[in-house]
Amino acid sequence: MKADPLGVLTGAHYLDGDFAAGEGAMAAGCRFVAGYPITPSTEVVERMSRRFPMMGGTFIQMEDEMASMAAVIGAAFTGTKSMTVTSGPGFSLMMENLGLAVMMETPCVLVNVQRGGPSTGLPTMTGQSDMMQARWGSHGDYEIIAMSPKSPQESFDLMIDAFNLSEIYRVPVLFMMDECVGHMTEKVIIPEPDEIDIVPRKLTDKKPGEFWPYEVNNGELVPEFARAGDGYRFHTTGLTHDYRGYPDMTVEGQWKLVTRLMDKINKNVDDIIRFEEEETDGADVVVLSYGITSRVARLAIEKAREKGVKVGVIRLIVVWPFPEKQIREMAKKIKGFVVPEINMGQVVLEVERCAAGNCTTTSVPHPGGGVHDPETIVEAIVGAAK
Amino acid sequence: MSRKEIRITGFGGQGVVLCGHIIGHAYSIDAGHEATMIQSFGPEARGSACSTSLVLDESEVLYPYLQDLHILLAMSQDGYEQSKDLLNAKGVVVHESDLVVPDLKKGQKGYGIPSTRIAEEIGRVIVQNIVMLGFFAAVTLLVTKELWESAVMDSVPAGTEELNMKAFQAGWDHFEENYGDGTPKKETVETAF
Amino acid sequence: MSAQAEAPTIDMDNVQPEDHPIAPFIRMDRMPHIWCPTCGIGTVVKCYAAAMEKLDLDPKTIAIVSGIGCTGRVAGYMNYDAFHTTHGRAIAFATGLKMARTELNVTLFSGDGDLSGIGGNHFIHAARRNMDLLVVLVNNFTYAMTGGQNAPTTPLKAISSTMPFGNFDQPFNLPHLAASCGASYVARWTSLHIRRMTKTFEEAMQRKGFRFIEVIAPCSTLYARRNKLGTGLNLMQFYHDNSEIRHGEDTRNVDIGFQEKIICGKFVDEPEKTTYHENMHTHYEQVLGDKYVPMPPEGGWRDE
Repeated sequence: MKADPLGVLTGAHYLDGDFAAGEGAMAAGCRFVAGYPITPSTEVVERMSRRFPMMGGTFIQMEDEMASMAAVIGAAFTGTKSMTVTSGPGFSLMMENLGLAVMMETPCVLVNVQRGGPSTGLPTMTGQSDMMQARWGSHGDYEIIAMSPKSPQESFDLMIDAFNLSEIYRVPVLFMMDECVGHMTEKVIIPEPDEIDIVPRKLTDKKPGEFWPYEVNNGELVPEFARAGDGYRFHTTGLTHDYRGYPDMTVEGQWKLVTRLMDKINKNVDDIIRFEEEETDGADVVVLSYGITSRVARLAIEKAREKGVKVGVIRLIVVWPFPEKQIREMAKKIKGFVVPEINMGQVVLEVERCAAGNCTTTSVPHPGGGVHDPETIVEAIVGAAK
Repeated sequence: MSRKEIRITGFGGQGVVLCGHIIGHAYSIDAGHEATMIQSFGPEARGSACSTSLVLDESEVLYPYLQDLHILLAMSQDGYEQSKDLLNAKGVVVHESDLVVPDLKKGQKGYGIPSTRIAEEIGRVIVQNIVMLGFFAAVTLLVTKELWESAVMDSVPAGTEELNMKAFQAGWDHFEENYGDGTPKKETVETAF
Repeated sequence: MSAQAEAPTIDMDNVQPEDHPIAPFIRMDRMPHIWCPTCGIGTVVKCYAAAMEKLDLDPKTIAIVSGIGCTGRVAGYMNYDAFHTTHGRAIAFATGLKMARTELNVTLFSGDGDLSGIGGNHFIHAARRNMDLLVVLVNNFTYAMTGGQNAPTTPLKAISSTMPFGNFDQPFNLPHLAASCGASYVARWTSLHIRRMTKTFEEAMQRKGFRFIEVIAPCSTLYARRNKLGTGLNLMQFYHDNSEIRHGEDTRNVDIGFQEKIICGKFVDEPEKTTYHENMHTHYEQVLGDKYVPMPPEGGWRDE
């Protein structure tokens, strides 16, 4: 399916990352947004609330972030592509209903324009310190998809991918921007609507009466969808449930459901992961980064190469699920990973786990408020090459 | 060196961000290079100092914040004071000459224009920033005049194009009439980079 | 055939659960339900189903949303598109559902703790917006699912598991809360008022906007036991003796004191009051004119 032309602002624009993410969502077919204002993410909904009435979209400013996330799930069950937008403190409040979205297998997108924390922290300054919260933030066992754009252009492009992945796997997708990318204005090229591929909701062909909301066909992991209002009279719940969507308070029921919820991501990792890899063959050191940090790291890599260090690059575009297999293999061939991030060391823990002692892992932390001084990354690269 | 750094300062309400937006638009979309603009976000009230920074480059801007400021466009004394120490030794100051008295270090160059007065003469003080931009365009010649004009046309509100083009031209003319041999030249700011 | 229809005869020995007149509105495959004997929630469900039987609405257009708690389980037993959501967020969830598919007629069932405690903020804002939702709040004066803790509705002096020496925490007057925030329809009954409650459901289903119906219901397992109020029959007797119907009463006068009079009736009914989504459409039509493209009433996106 191709994008609805009303949602696509084809052309070259000079846009900030927040606006570009909003444009990406509209191009992806998002037509419902519930949100609560919070710096530095508010521009996304400001943009969408201005354009939505002209394309059949509805924006509602809710009373808080818990309500925003809950409303998004409700809207998603009408078949409408839905999204909410927030930043650190609001992200914490959304964790409750993020779990519900996972449990109800709700296609939706949650944008977090990260700022410095903890608590109110640095509202107007950048951070990447919610990456582990993205992975583990809601209670219980689950798998999630989280992506991290490095530029306004990628905020647009990747947003379409985010919506599409959420449809394919019926899972909320976390769009983990950072303030720097969100408030950075750059050239953004928006293609023609017929150049944008949209994954529509996978609606069931079954008739009412034959349909169960969480029934999966043999060998499949993602159930078909019925929209509220189409006469299926389905039931869904945040409780552990069986294929009928009825509560199932048994250990067997829990095994079955949690396993499938995790398997639908874990068994499709190869189709979900997205990363850029460059000059890793023969490298001594590989710098792994994401978001704005990947650009600053690139500057450091150029400097380290001038010093004669063989440096490879991994830029994660999808951070969760993590490209575990690739990192494990690479760890056997290199001396060390260097992981700069604008937090005190989060994704580096995953790198270290996958490296499994086969190479060193060097964290280059930054508490937030700005980006790294490239020299600190250069130093870490040179150190790791020894 | 392909990396060029610009900061625009003024007080809230002067159109500092639009000015930066047009510079970035001209350099990236119209001229086909890369331009990254970062606004200073904060609880600044209307009337207090605000600023926006641009990094221009031939390929992806890797470090989005200022490292070595080449050009400072100052529309208020406060803004100038806050940013002047960032300017490099050969940097260029483009300023509102009625509002900013630059204190140039040896090696730095200054170009002034009474843009507010000129905007008043055109009839709308609100286009002061576009007068300033026309002047800045002539001083820096970062892109050709045609591309500058196209960026202005794309960026200003619909219905105000004519007024804004007039303002841009007035700024451009001020440079031609008051500096050098009257023709913008690339060398004017080249030494700063 | 004679002109006078004969009364149907019921073979009581062979009657099946599916033969019950409200069976089409209930998920009979989930019976028996989890509620305790003498609990009032089942009565509320029965009354709602009876109202639906009378109204004969297209079941496609009905959606049920619940939060968490004993009343939160209602969604699970209603034979419609039904959502059992998170604690306190039923109204927020329903807001999204309604706004993305405005043709839906959304009813919420949840408890006092869910809607006025943890969900209080959503409650007041949905009432303020006159969001087009029918909210049925079953008030049993306690958090029953978790064992009878104090609720924002527990009357002063009543004993709860977290107010073992009696409650001193001032409770809400819920009809007043809803009315003062802007609800277009406000009523209260006890679970003894079966016919009146059913009629109110019937009427409220045909109204629009934020319609709030509070039903006082017994929890003999926890609230009544701790307060030594007897069991089912005693509680019904209490409702019978102490309910007073005062339609149109100023909601400021309808607080509930411990074992005191319960003022019932319809307090607010403003059928013309416009709803959030009506206001949105009218406003955009006015200010944007032809440029306005409303979301299709069936939700989703324009399919061209």
